Amino acid sequence: MTETGIGASVRRKEDKRFLTGLGNYIDDINVDGQTYAYFARSPHARAKINGIDKETALSMPGVVAVLTGPDWVADGLGLLVCGWMIHSKDGSEMNQPVRTPLATQSVQFVGEPVAAVIAETLEQARDAAEALAIDYEPLPSVTDLRTAVGPDAPQIHECAPGNLCYEWEIGDKAATDAAFEAADRVVSIDLVNNRLVPNPMEPRAALARFDPATDEITLHTTSQAPHVVRLVMAAFLNIAPEHKLRVISPDVGGGFGVKIATYPEEAVCTWACRKIGRPIKWTADRSQAFLGDSHGRDHVSHAELALDKDSIFLGMRVKTLANLGGYISAFGSAVPTYMYATLLAGQYRTPAIYAEVDGVFTNTSPVDAYRGAGRPEASYLIERLVEVAAREIGIDPAELRRKNFISPDAFPHETAVGVSYDSGNYEGSLSMVLDMADRAGFEKRREEAKGRGKLRGFGISAYIEACGVAPSKIAGALGAGVGLYESAEIRFNATGSVTVFTGCHSHGQGLETTYAQIVSDLLGVPLENIDVVFGDTGRVQMGMGTYGSRSLAVGGSALVKAADKIIDKCRKIAAHVLEAAEEDLEYEGGKFTVAGTDRGITVPELAFAAYVPHNYPLEELEPGLDEMAYYDPINYTFPAGTHVCEVEVDPDTGEVEIANFVAVDDFGRVINPMIVAGQVHGGIVQGLGQAMLEECRYDAESGQLVSGSFMDYAMPRADDAPSFEVALQETLCPHNPLGVKGCGEAGAIAAPAAIINAITDAIGVRHLDMPATPEKVWAAIRGAGAQGTQAAE
Amino acid sequence: MYDFSYHRPASLEDAAGLFGKADDPVFMAGGMTLIPTLKQRLASPSDVIDLAGVGDDLSGIAVDGGTITVGAMTCHAEVAGSGLVHEAIPALAALAGRIGDTHVRNRGTIGGSLANNDPAADYPAAVLGLNATVRTARREIAADDYFKGMFETALEDDEIITAVSFPAPECAAYMKFDHPASRYAIVGVFVAKTGDGVRVAVTGAGTCVFRQGDMEAALAKDFSASAIEGIEVSEDRLNRDLFASPEYRAHLIGVMARRAVEAASA
Amino acid sequence: MPTVSMTVNGKAVSAEVENRTLLVYFLRESLGLTGTHIGCDTSQCGACVVHVNGSAVKACTMLAVQAEGADVATIEGLATNGDLHPMQEAFRENHGLQCGFCTPGMVMAAVDMANRHDELDEKTVRAELSGNFCRCTGYHNIVLSILAGAKAMKGA
Repeated sequence: MTETGIGASVRRKEDKRFLTGLGNYIDDINVDGQTYAYFARSPHARAKINGIDKETALSMPGVVAVLTGPDWVADGLGLLVCGWMIHSKDGSEMNQPVRTPLATQSVQFVGEPVAAVIAETLEQARDAAEALAIDYEPLPSVTDLRTAVGPDAPQIHECAPGNLCYEWEIGDKAATDAAFEAADRVVSIDLVNNRLVPNPMEPRAALARFDPATDEITLHTTSQAPHVVRLVMAAFLNIAPEHKLRVISPDVGGGFGVKIATYPEEAVCTWACRKIGRPIKWTADRSQAFLGDSHGRDHVSHAELALDKDSIFLGMRVKTLANLGGYISAFGSAVPTYMYATLLAGQYRTPAIYAEVDGVFTNTSPVDAYRGAGRPEASYLIERLVEVAAREIGIDPAELRRKNFISPDAFPHETAVGVSYDSGNYEGSLSMVLDMADRAGFEKRREEAKGRGKLRGFGISAYIEACGVAPSKIAGALGAGVGLYESAEIRFNATGSVTVFTGCHSHGQGLETTYAQIVSDLLGVPLENIDVVFGDTGRVQMGMGTYGSRSLAVGGSALVKAADKIIDKCRKIAAHVLEAAEEDLEYEGGKFTVAGTDRGITVPELAFAAYVPHNYPLEELEPGLDEMAYYDPINYTFPAGTHVCEVEVDPDTGEVEIANFVAVDDFGRVINPMIVAGQVHGGIVQGLGQAMLEECRYDAESGQLVSGSFMDYAMPRADDAPSFEVALQETLCPHNPLGVKGCGEAGAIAAPAAIINAITDAIGVRHLDMPATPEKVWAAIRGAGAQGTQAAE
Repeated sequence: MYDFSYHRPASLEDAAGLFGKADDPVFMAGGMTLIPTLKQRLASPSDVIDLAGVGDDLSGIAVDGGTITVGAMTCHAEVAGSGLVHEAIPALAALAGRIGDTHVRNRGTIGGSLANNDPAADYPAAVLGLNATVRTARREIAADDYFKGMFETALEDDEIITAVSFPAPECAAYMKFDHPASRYAIVGVFVAKTGDGVRVAVTGAGTCVFRQGDMEAALAKDFSASAIEGIEVSEDRLNRDLFASPEYRAHLIGVMARRAVEAASA
Repeated sequence: MPTVSMTVNGKAVSAEVENRTLLVYFLRESLGLTGTHIGCDTSQCGACVVHVNGSAVKACTMLAVQAEGADVATIEGLATNGDLHPMQEAFRENHGLQCGFCTPGMVMAAVDMANRHDELDEKTVRAELSGNFCRCTGYHNIVLSILAGAKAMKGA
């Protein structure tokens, strides 16, 4: 390992601009002649739009244009699409309501954009949006999942009877039923996976401008996947052809899945900038972000585990209702199906699993990916169920897990829910984390806490996730509308410095550093001579963006492929320059040496030879040193690990303090341990937020979003979280060149079950739904609160 | 935000004069509640009269005998960090140090907080619990007469708080149970023991700060946590929000009161 | 429209603003100092923290006209001649930032915190940070950064 190569905790190349206030976020960019958009949003959870009178708004100071859904339709533009087709059990396609970026005849959730007001200043646009006369006819609404599938629920979309988008299944029902027949014991649980608002700190924003000279539109947008935005806008929304649309996502202040989709606001700005002939800027304020961003999670599940007399898992059955919101978001259909139920085996051998998922429409913001996207829901369900089973059997929860783990020598392992785990050592990470957390000393600590009047509990969460989305062939077969490869270009300059172009996008992950480390390591170029470019369809070849912890497993693999091509070409040039046979050349750390001699040449030197080809095999080789590669994985990667949490509960108030949190993760090979630890910390606190603080709530009567700002939606703060102990285990991924698996989502997947297992252990209750607020914990201790009771019901 | 006229008078007389002339004026102290309200377009005053320029009449912390007087424009950070306050009424300094966050405490003022009288604000508990006197340009108002209801006080529309005088108690403490999102008080209990008896003031729990009379009586006889152990607080008229029911708030009043008594006795 | 004048990062500046213009917009739009960010509309997240007359304040909860005559310091003024301030350096060294959006407010809050405390410990740092939200780092490395940065500031 070199000081800057693979495995080194290199300090980040991107940090200086962020630390000095020179980051380049979209709201920081202003252009001449810029106007401002403000969106009039539905104040109703569900309503018919009888008409919109623009006159007053148009006459107000500074107003440039007022655009509505009918204007969009009149211009022949397309529909917001869902990128993943799900088929129901009966083989039928999912029910897809149509959605235009601005509502035309009806609205389906509070905050749905209805009109765009464009004015010279933001305040003028907002003034006029308030003056817009929109004639709504309110209709009965439903926001709660269980109510929405009940007999008396208002029917939201005509195309979706019973408010069902799909009734999907996975696994072998007959085999699972048989396993339950044969079981000595069945353990069940009912649980809610609480709805969350992702809330990256930078709200979404867009800046769109049209250049009449080139007929090109340039859209700056806060996207994790700018090429996909361009593709959707060209192919489905018909705003502009792909080659006349440039999408730039510069510095983006956090994504967490919420910045994957192509949203109405960005689409409208892109369309309207040509229509009005002026640049348009839109930046969400936090209140709009709460309404207009996609939300996450929101499941209600019943799960059962069948065990034999030796506590071996025989089968698992799961029935989940998944809230999709008022419409299907970009990947909203896939998150609670293929991103969720395919992980229901967890780290266990369970031979028979059958899961049913009903995708349900409600009058709420669309639900889509949020850090982990389906995998946290699966992991939480499994790890709660296993914990409850252990307590009911009276076996040590660690021991029950060990009995059922897939053993390290049993990989690849085909699960009962259709995926093939690549590699793992679950027993290893469990043992390591229990040692680090001094589980042996726990009972003593529990006693000591009791003396202080506190209830202490210990919780384990052994998680699995699927990263590196995705093999295009598998994704396509399962209904994906796009491929999921990744691209990389390594472009040497004549003087030996390098520009790397990636189709992934960095919005906190540190790819500018990690990718540079890989290239430096493989090609022997000093780190400071490598720049990484991303987030601009005008500069970067096609790419699919960053989500699902794919940047390294897929994007990094593309980078290695491109580096291999560079090395191949350099070998030929080196053979020529060194007057040696190719097979006599040895390559290491960016240098070719003629075997057994001290004659050699470095890759940067060869770059010069390639761009100034005076002494060059021109008859065989093109000049230049610039290689591109696309990589499509053959399988997902399956990172795993175990997190443990120790809590202390104050029985007088129900307050929970996290006394200790230890994580052992297995992400395969790690390029930059410092960055990886940071990803784990951040994920854990998002998991902690879900477990203890965050809950997106709608008023059942009015359908209003009640937790619509940070005043009511509890974001984790520094004093809500502890410091963490994190450690790594390295079980390489066997099917990609770096052996990497992915680390971005682990914390958010693992933490909720670890925390709830610890709290329920501390207070001696079977189950407590998230978030475990002090009142819920207090009520549970008193035995007064039924399971899942909400403070404000 | 809707636009408004902005004034920064240099004296209380000028401030009152500007207020009298305007259509729909509002005084601004630190602006920590007013500005967020304006940003959300929940208010549209014609004139904002900034009291920051009034200066000496409204600022500073002074001790006179057993009384601490805090100028209305004194920010929370100054009270929290004041040696005088720490010495005379440490519970008041501690309370000021728990309001909002660091940056809010550098701008928010005691006068602004009291004029606004948010049901979940901290200062009302100290003012009522310590039996403080709210001083305005025209009169003195006893704490028991000052708080009238949710966001309502005894102040006339054009009346400006100039200072608040806190008599130092024998001992006192404030215990706050934070709202996890807003960090206002879900329940805050201020307990003070003085020569005249014991006062227990509760904020966050109801529509307005109130005194818990049964606890005061019990503590007057026996100033110990056990003296109020058995007192059941009624949940009638207590607040409900996403994080706490009236039942839970009633329970927390008991817990926070006992803890405050313990802390005050320590 | 009124004209406001103040000192920002040691330079006298002056511009016309509306009365309703917030200090953060004055900095970002009138002066082009876009390092000060806006992450919420309820005065909670702290992405906008700057120093006004030496104290940390939320620039989203102060009118530009209220800062008339004030001495304002923003993230852009912290480094000297391209050398990072010890607190900035500590954030870099300890990986105290990921997406960078909350970072300017965090660093300004951290410098203010270090200025006010002779010695900092983890508990104090966490309590003092309740007005600064970060969604990426889980705060772990921010706390380490501030402890290290404060130490470096005392040593400098």
